[in-house]
Amino acid sequence: MLLTVLLTLSITLMYSAPLIFAAMGGVITQRAGVDNIGIEGMMAFGAFAGTTIGYFTGNPWIGLLASGLAGVLLALIHGLVSITLKGNQTISGIAINFIGLALGIFLTRQIFDGASQTNSVTKKIPKLFDVLGLDKRDSAALQSGDIDFTVILALLVVFLLWFILYKTTLGLRIRACGDHPAAADTLGVNVTHLRYACVMASGFLAGVGGGAMTLAVISNFTPTVISGQGFIALAAVIFGNWKPIGAALACLLFGFAQALTVLLSNSFLPSSILAMIPYALTLIVLVLFVGRAEPPRAVGQPYFKGQA
Amino acid sequence: MTSRWINLLRKPLTAIIISVLTGFIIGAVVLTASGYDALEAYRIMFSGIAGSPKYMAQVVVNAVPIILTGLSVAFAFRTGLFNIGAEGQFVMGALTGTMIGYYLPLPPIIHPIVIFALAFLVGGLYGALAGYLKNKFGIHEVISTIMLNWIAFYFNNYIVNLPGVKVESTLHANPILDSAKINFFSTAWRRSDAGREFIREHEILGEIVKTDLGAGIFVAIIFAFLLWFVLRHTTTGFELRAVGLNRFAAEFSGVPVKKSIFLSMFIAGGVAAVGGAILVLSTTNTVSVLSAQEGYGWDGISVSLIANGNPLAVLFSGLLFAALRYGGMLIQSKTGAPTEIINIMIGSIVLAVAVAPALPRLADYLSQRRAR
Repeated sequence: MLLTVLLTLSITLMYSAPLIFAAMGGVITQRAGVDNIGIEGMMAFGAFAGTTIGYFTGNPWIGLLASGLAGVLLALIHGLVSITLKGNQTISGIAINFIGLALGIFLTRQIFDGASQTNSVTKKIPKLFDVLGLDKRDSAALQSGDIDFTVILALLVVFLLWFILYKTTLGLRIRACGDHPAAADTLGVNVTHLRYACVMASGFLAGVGGGAMTLAVISNFTPTVISGQGFIALAAVIFGNWKPIGAALACLLFGFAQALTVLLSNSFLPSSILAMIPYALTLIVLVLFVGRAEPPRAVGQPYFKGQA
Repeated sequence: MTSRWINLLRKPLTAIIISVLTGFIIGAVVLTASGYDALEAYRIMFSGIAGSPKYMAQVVVNAVPIILTGLSVAFAFRTGLFNIGAEGQFVMGALTGTMIGYYLPLPPIIHPIVIFALAFLVGGLYGALAGYLKNKFGIHEVISTIMLNWIAFYFNNYIVNLPGVKVESTLHANPILDSAKINFFSTAWRRSDAGREFIREHEILGEIVKTDLGAGIFVAIIFAFLLWFVLRHTTTGFELRAVGLNRFAAEFSGVPVKKSIFLSMFIAGGVAAVGGAILVLSTTNTVSVLSAQEGYGWDGISVSLIANGNPLAVLFSGLLFAALRYGGMLIQSKTGAPTEIINIMIGSIVLAVAVAPALPRLADYLSQRRAR
């Protein structure tokens, strides 16, 4: 019984970590007033870059950093379209989703002799108990309950983002940009700079989310490794009412749904029905709780200087 | 710059042309940077398609499903809704087509018509579910339809895997009956003596006969005109567009907004599902266990964005897309450049479409400068 509980917990956390990174990316950009539906593509590109760099350097941490930077690269394009050129943010996000995945596979084929997936990294992100130096060999409990170190990082990011958004002047300014950019502008906040910073942070976090998938959960990049996580993360942002902690809890719920599909995989339920659970649960949860959700007021609208 | 040139920047067609060109330019940059001859690749793509009646016919065949998903997204778009769910509605339509095509024996011609009607109904209800969730619970259709896409995906796999549905030791369901097929030239005829002789004797027509060309393209054209007519020339269409332009103003003027949203998603879902049914009835003849989303719905989004949401323009952008995709395969087989280059190009085109609102502003800026 204890082992089952520990296993459920660790699988839940394992699947949640990539979602949490991506969802925090969603929170920060939307709170600054820029929609980013391209998180899925940024995750895919980040997953590719992280795995490739991790494979060639043999260092998963450098890989994870590369994941984030790859996400930033796409985020810069999104920022250029959404902030500077004041284009349509939703359409730009759709484009980023196309480009991120396609570029990832294109470059994978270039680098790995035409294969559509990368080689496996030799070293994955270490597990928590290994980092702490615990001896797991004789303890089934330690083996079942061990988690990727990315989980710890993800939880730290949640705390950090909560702290920044609600306990610092910077956070107040970010939220002002998302609710009433003209007011923020009047008070001397540089809306353009702040929005760029938040979109880039969102790209970094989404990229790291992708890397957390391919450097910790599995060990290589494939064309289908990111299949819907970015969108689930966006649903988590809404479900969490655009708050870091709420969104993280939503991610944990979706991670738990994933864990259920793993744990029930030998049960009477057909695997296809099990695979539906996370998506169906997302809808059910949205039906039950989302009525009161209210997005940042200026999200999705470009800011023209001098507008009311 | 003369004011005529400046005004050209305000035309939707200009934005579309610039967007498509952008896609080709960025594609060329990526190809060149990866060590391929971009011009040669594009030459292979265009001359390959334009030089062969068989390829051209195949492009038309391939265009039909994405024209239908494009129409679906375009229709919803005009009514203020973003139907990312065309992918799932398409899957539901393909599944319905396969089931009715196999289990319900009917005479030819009637059989496909019944299938289209039922596929429209099933896909329509699946689309309308997203409309209902938006009306009743305020769930944004982008989020709900993405979840519904995956649910349809796994539902398809569940049905196909049922004993009696799947052909043993394969990954696909029982293929549809001959009465349900909509190809102009049946496989049986093609392989018969008369068919072989026809192909031998008619050089160009014989090549076309080898493809899956069928009634699908007519269905696509009919739907394009139908949706255009509904949007432009009926009261319902006017109300739908009013909701799309300003939901609150529409509500204030007495338009039943929630009913409109529901109806719009029903129609959009139905049209996408007919696309799925056409794919089954003309090309695949069955549905398989899916391992990844096939992307018909996602292509439909790009197709409709490039057509600026105009149902008639979707016919052309759908053909453009099918040509790009088919050309991408030619590029990969002839030059070795990965076919993903096409998705990079498509993404770049869509990105340029996102920037399109900047063009009229550029025009304003330029004319102001002239006035000074």
